[in-house]
Amino acid sequence: MTTLAASSSGRSRWWQNRAVRKFMRHRLALVGMVMITALTLACIVGPWLLPYDSLHIDLRARFAPPLTGQHYLGTDPLGRDIAARLLEAGRISLLVGFAAMLLSTLIGAVIGVVAGYRGGWIGATLMRLVDAFLAFPSIFLVLALAALLKPSPTMITVIIAVTSWMEVARIVEAEVRSLREREFVLAGRMLGLSGAHIMFREILPNVIGPIIVAATLTVARAILLEAYVSFLGYGIQPPLPSWGNMLNGAQQYLDKAPWLAIIPGLTITIAVTSFNFIGDGLRDALDVRNDRM
Amino acid sequence: MLVFLLNRLWQSIILLVIVSIIGFLVLNLMPGGPLAQFTLDPGMTQADIERLSEQMGLNRPLPVQYADWAWRMLQGDWGTSYRDGAPVLEVIRRHLFATLLLMGSSTVIAIALGTWIGIRGATHQYSGFDYAATVGAMIALSIPTFWFGLIGIYVFSLELGWVPAGNMYTIGKESALNYLHHLILPSIVLSLVNVATWSRYMRSATLDVISQDFIKTARAKGVPERRVLRKHVVGNALLPMITLAGMHLPSILGGALVTETVFTWPGMGRLFLDSLGYSDYPVVMGLLMFSAILTLLGNLIADIVVAMVDPRIRLG
Repeated sequence: MTTLAASSSGRSRWWQNRAVRKFMRHRLALVGMVMITALTLACIVGPWLLPYDSLHIDLRARFAPPLTGQHYLGTDPLGRDIAARLLEAGRISLLVGFAAMLLSTLIGAVIGVVAGYRGGWIGATLMRLVDAFLAFPSIFLVLALAALLKPSPTMITVIIAVTSWMEVARIVEAEVRSLREREFVLAGRMLGLSGAHIMFREILPNVIGPIIVAATLTVARAILLEAYVSFLGYGIQPPLPSWGNMLNGAQQYLDKAPWLAIIPGLTITIAVTSFNFIGDGLRDALDVRNDRM
Repeated sequence: MLVFLLNRLWQSIILLVIVSIIGFLVLNLMPGGPLAQFTLDPGMTQADIERLSEQMGLNRPLPVQYADWAWRMLQGDWGTSYRDGAPVLEVIRRHLFATLLLMGSSTVIAIALGTWIGIRGATHQYSGFDYAATVGAMIALSIPTFWFGLIGIYVFSLELGWVPAGNMYTIGKESALNYLHHLILPSIVLSLVNVATWSRYMRSATLDVISQDFIKTARAKGVPERRVLRKHVVGNALLPMITLAGMHLPSILGGALVTETVFTWPGMGRLFLDSLGYSDYPVVMGLLMFSAILTLLGNLIADIVVAMVDPRIRLG
């Protein structure tokens, strides 16, 4: 199992690490890395550089097509600048995606480690719980929860996380189960280390590769899920823009103002593609078993 | 075979119990619980709400309520819709056909296209086609289904005028051809993600089979390559795909929900969203449980089919 840190020989630099070099040779992963970095930077810095505020309503400039005057990407039905809204929305969509990934990876890793290490009826019950959650179409579950609870950005993040931890749990459980009987774990037990110490300090670091890959793909999934619920009107609520809710209502103007639909959708696709590319590169670089795609 | 069947059936029943507990908790642990909608009504006093919860048995302990609820579900009593007073199962049944039609046609497209792309990618490994299919699949998995639908409507309905922009049929002109005409675009849109997944799995399944000894034997004794592919590779590679099809039911159902919304398709997805909009929670809960049961059933059938076709699983 490869770990990210180049700890084996004290003097080698991180960029000389085999995994890092392998990742840098993966063309798609690099493309993804460049795209997502550019997009993130644009979302962080962009809103200050653009001439319009995302909430500035100009009713005389409604439905301006892209490249009219200072409205580089046109305006929406209220005359708000789409470029400004797109970047402002990106902050929220990317943040929700990342936060949901962190939370769901945490849930999945803890459940996976406990299920894999304890085994027996605890492990079996936990894994049945994973199967049960996988039986629900996640969009149905997210929508139902979002409609019943208060749809603030934090709540949406929690809801997405609660419905997407199963993949990580499955991967971690399988890995931990195969490590459970290894010598270093036995040694830990002989030393009288607590179960929690063995699980999270001794075993978990060995599973970090598959977790990183799954986490990257979870960001992609979380961004998509947020877009789905917000598009359907149950996610991030206006006036707060998100990539998904910018598309909410775009359908009725499809004929008159197709850019309302094209621009945010293309941005979502670019962001999600980037994370999928990076995930693919990480899988190769970290030698993670290729059983998903 | 009987032992396998019983064992598999037992697992499904346990899963069904866990699924139903999750469903029940979703309904009950919400702030306000099942009566949340009444607390918003200014005409309802606190005493009214207490009387109502007394009548509906909501002040009993949760496990008792669950047992009661599960028992009624088993008997087919899934509650009544707040919106039109019809039994929930009846409301779902009315929308079932449209969704199954959409899912069925898109699955046919996905299997046909995905199988072809997957096998071609495997037999021409590392070719331009293989590379394009790999990258294409990753991009296809990144496109939001609803956006793909919007772009499809814009290009093929509004600009080119080839297909209708929504609905399942033209009122007053219902015919098989008319249904088909309305079906084309939504089923292509829904199949995109599945073509991508299916072709990736098919590629790796084909590569697995090709590298095995019996294929070498077939080639060595001079069987033509086309025949090797058709008779030996495809069948064996398709076998794991049956399980895959079962496993992917929830994602197809989820995709159907979004596709139906964009195309105003009168199926279960549309029903789910409409019911959410009207706070018609019995129907929402019913659909949630129904889709999970459909998934468990799909997985069960897939496993049984695989076991029937493949003696290694049935007897091993």
